[in-house]
Amino acid sequence: MDAEITLTVDGAPRTLRVDTRTTLLDALRERLGNTSPKKGCDHGQCGACTVLLDGERALPCLALAVAHDGAEVTTADGLAVDGELHPVQQAFLDRDAFQCGYCTPGQICSAVGVLQEVDRGWPSHASPDLTTDPELTSAEVAERMSGNLCRCAAYVNIVPAVQQAGGVQA
Amino acid sequence: MKPFAYARPGSVAEAVRDVAGEPAAVFLAGGTNLVDHLKLGVARPELVVDVRTLTSREVGDLPDGGLRLGAASTNSVVAADRRVRERYPVLAEALLAGATGQLRNSATTGGNPLQRTRCVYFQDVTTPCNKREPGSGCSAVGGYTRYHAVLGVPAALPDPTAPETCIASHPSDMAVALAALDAQVQVLGPAGARTVPFVDLHRLPGDDPSRDTVLEHGELITAIDLPPLPAGTRSAYRKVRDRASYAFALVSVAAVVAGDGDVRLALGGVAHRPWRATRAEEVLRGGPLSGDAVRAAMAAELAAAQPQPGIDGGNGFKIPLLTRTVVATLRDLEA
Repeated sequence: MDAEITLTVDGAPRTLRVDTRTTLLDALRERLGNTSPKKGCDHGQCGACTVLLDGERALPCLALAVAHDGAEVTTADGLAVDGELHPVQQAFLDRDAFQCGYCTPGQICSAVGVLQEVDRGWPSHASPDLTTDPELTSAEVAERMSGNLCRCAAYVNIVPAVQQAGGVQA
Repeated sequence: MKPFAYARPGSVAEAVRDVAGEPAAVFLAGGTNLVDHLKLGVARPELVVDVRTLTSREVGDLPDGGLRLGAASTNSVVAADRRVRERYPVLAEALLAGATGQLRNSATTGGNPLQRTRCVYFQDVTTPCNKREPGSGCSAVGGYTRYHAVLGVPAALPDPTAPETCIASHPSDMAVALAALDAQVQVLGPAGARTVPFVDLHRLPGDDPSRDTVLEHGELITAIDLPPLPAGTRSAYRKVRDRASYAFALVSVAAVVAGDGDVRLALGGVAHRPWRATRAEEVLRGGPLSGDAVRAAMAAELAAAQPQPGIDGGNGFKIPLLTRTVVATLRDLEA
């Protein structure tokens, strides 16, 4: 059973017909040729497919494309503006925050989400006090990024990269 | 994945009619559990009715001083709400102890409690499971039982071939907090609207492990209400798990202590539903919350607990762990 949907992907409107069973991740990768979000586990456990969905970090492997008609999707591929890297991308380079790179686009989109969530004052399980605004400590970054696995275990560099992009000296 | 039709109706009333009219229809909200189950072949609907944009996404004030969580409010938004953080910390803490940032941005107030009560065998369609295939048996008995129930299970070792056997536990953290808070669930169904006390929403397996909740087919959660708490009430959620983040609870505790010492306790990771510890509450009523008193209360609560043996060593560890976790949670609230 098919449906026509329109997605804005990295700023460009794209209209396509999808089977109702198609996940947003498969629509991006297989139908629209955007292979920036990676298919790791395809069950919401690894975070490699993380994108910004209507501005919030989310997992397109657990979203049906048909349910997100009209959505705005930003992948790691769409974060740079006029060839200038997003601060999170630059920080990942500066801090050597990857090895094989497979999880990196998901890590970067997740980190962009983390920084805006911290800016809004959203607490996390690692926050010592729920009633005050959180600080971007390494414990906060580790907890907030726990949905992104890195099998090369580049965590030791990912954490300071996220802190650097968030303006914290690390 | 089996083909299915998709509908995004214009109103909740229409969505309820759509699902009520098709026995193999399901509601879709954030999708974090349902889409996974579609892929695994655990859920095989003919019709998926999308309600994600049909109910309120907001947290609103109620005239009695409580809060109304719209069914479409995300777990992130509820956990970050200042009123929730200040007045119902047990709920914010439970939400933040669950899943990951990405999942909490999609998962909703209405959907989180309706994620399936489940275990690894329920998710594996190659194994018998009474919840997934009624009457096929239970693969968990004597299997991998680390995450399984110890409360609300038969006194003797369950019969793996009996059609009523299910030892799965409900994995939601949010639901444990809502049980302790005596939240009220606003439901719309084909027969109209009704309010279900949250503590009555989930079922024990009984004679039909395929049913997780008391909701009838076509009934939709439209909001969850948090009643006001007396001034001076303190609350907390404590979760014990195998890794520091993104893991289900081995055991968890939601505690709400009123200024007059009245205690409400709910336990997670230990039963087919969030487990309100009413026996322990009765023992503690009017008395001190000393370690000895809490241990005595938990001994009463856990008198009927039944550890499940398993190839992984079983889950008997949960019984002393529950007691220690409740003692620590109440000690911290008293401090």
